Amino acid sequence: MGERIHIETPLTDEVIQKLKVGDSVYLSGTIYTARDAAHKRLIDLIENGERLPFELSGQVIYYCGPTPTPPGRVTGSCGPTTSSRMDKYTPSLLALGLKGMIGKGKRSKEVKDAILKYRAIYFGALGGAGALLSKCVLSSRVFAFEDLGPEAIYILQIREMPLFVINDIYGGDLYEEGIKKYRID
Amino acid sequence: MRELNVEIITEALEELFIDANYELPEWQILALREALRNEESEIGKEVIKSILENAQISKSERIPICQDTGIATVFLEIGQNIHLVGGNLKDAIFEGVRRAYKKGYLRASLCDPLSRRNTGDNTPPVIHEEIVPGEKVRVIALPKGGGSENYSEVRILTPADGVEGIKSFVLEMVERGGPNPCPPITIGIGIGGNLEVAPLLAKKALLVPFGTRNEDPLLSNLEQEILEEVNKLGIGPQGYGGRVTALDVHIRTMPCHIASLPVAVSIQCHAHRVKEKVL
Repeated sequence: MGERIHIETPLTDEVIQKLKVGDSVYLSGTIYTARDAAHKRLIDLIENGERLPFELSGQVIYYCGPTPTPPGRVTGSCGPTTSSRMDKYTPSLLALGLKGMIGKGKRSKEVKDAILKYRAIYFGALGGAGALLSKCVLSSRVFAFEDLGPEAIYILQIREMPLFVINDIYGGDLYEEGIKKYRID
Repeated sequence: MRELNVEIITEALEELFIDANYELPEWQILALREALRNEESEIGKEVIKSILENAQISKSERIPICQDTGIATVFLEIGQNIHLVGGNLKDAIFEGVRRAYKKGYLRASLCDPLSRRNTGDNTPPVIHEEIVPGEKVRVIALPKGGGSENYSEVRILTPADGVEGIKSFVLEMVERGGPNPCPPITIGIGIGGNLEVAPLLAKKALLVPFGTRNEDPLLSNLEQEILEEVNKLGIGPQGYGGRVTALDVHIRTMPCHIASLPVAVSIQCHAHRVKEKVL
């Protein structure tokens, strides 16, 4: 594996152009969590022409619903959830300028097409490693939709979150490439 | 007849669900270490090393292994010579789960299926009770994540489908899940019974420790054959490509109707959390 590439949010086109499938990345800066229920609500707001709780342009959404933060801690366990459940909602968010997504697992063709069209990037974080990933979180607080409990939108400050590029703007897919190398027919 | 206060069961469940979410079973650590030795892909090895590091951090710093602390699945084997006193067993189980998820800072991950409103305390648990000989109670806590449950399924095959049909169903399920259920996975397979029994057999198969083969040599061979086939798929750790897609396969069977061959596949993620206690 190559050297880790250090990048920061918000993501620019220049940075996204450099990222390729399989790249190992350290991401730092501000990110927003959103999973199933928060996505549904974001889309409802868009459809009703209402304001979103944050400006999507250049931002990164992390598909995550953390465990409660114990007293004296910064965050609970906070690994990624399966991204494909957000596929239905993702193209609309990319159309509004969302640039990055962090999750785990395969995306639909519609999402991959939208990634090319809107020049965005999909990162994989290690699923089932919420304790390890919590070490990259500098601060965490509920930012919007507090009534959704664990599905609320949290704003996280992260430092050097280890990620892999799964889908880039050149049409590559880490899962497809990886499986080709090791499949025995 | 031995008397047992249900409060003891509440306390046991509180302890078991907290412990399960902070500490992987020893056999799961062994399974992951063996996977690290067998994996050929560089990225796959990195993934397994990180999974082991995660388990270490979770245990030593008391951070849940995964943010999905699961639907609380409870298996109770109740000795028939026990007289439960001190309250309603069902309430006692609910209370144990409620306390564990609150005191252990575990995520409330249950909601109404249609309104999607969170129940707030991770109740209701899924409870499987069995009356067994003796005067002890065995309590098993399996906090099961949604990500892997989403790639589990039951299908009623026909007798003509036979063993080949079972194998291709399992391979289809693993392939369909790909990276999504957090491989390297453990596969529980329930064969026989009927529509509701096959998945329970599959879930119970997941409780069998890594490396423990079925006592029936035919089933033991089938477990190994399926494991080999699955690991030829190339999905690998976290789906990034590699040799170790599954850590182990466990099969549980029971007789079924002459007309059918029910098969259930229960997929478990690498964060295979299970803890038990005998009271």
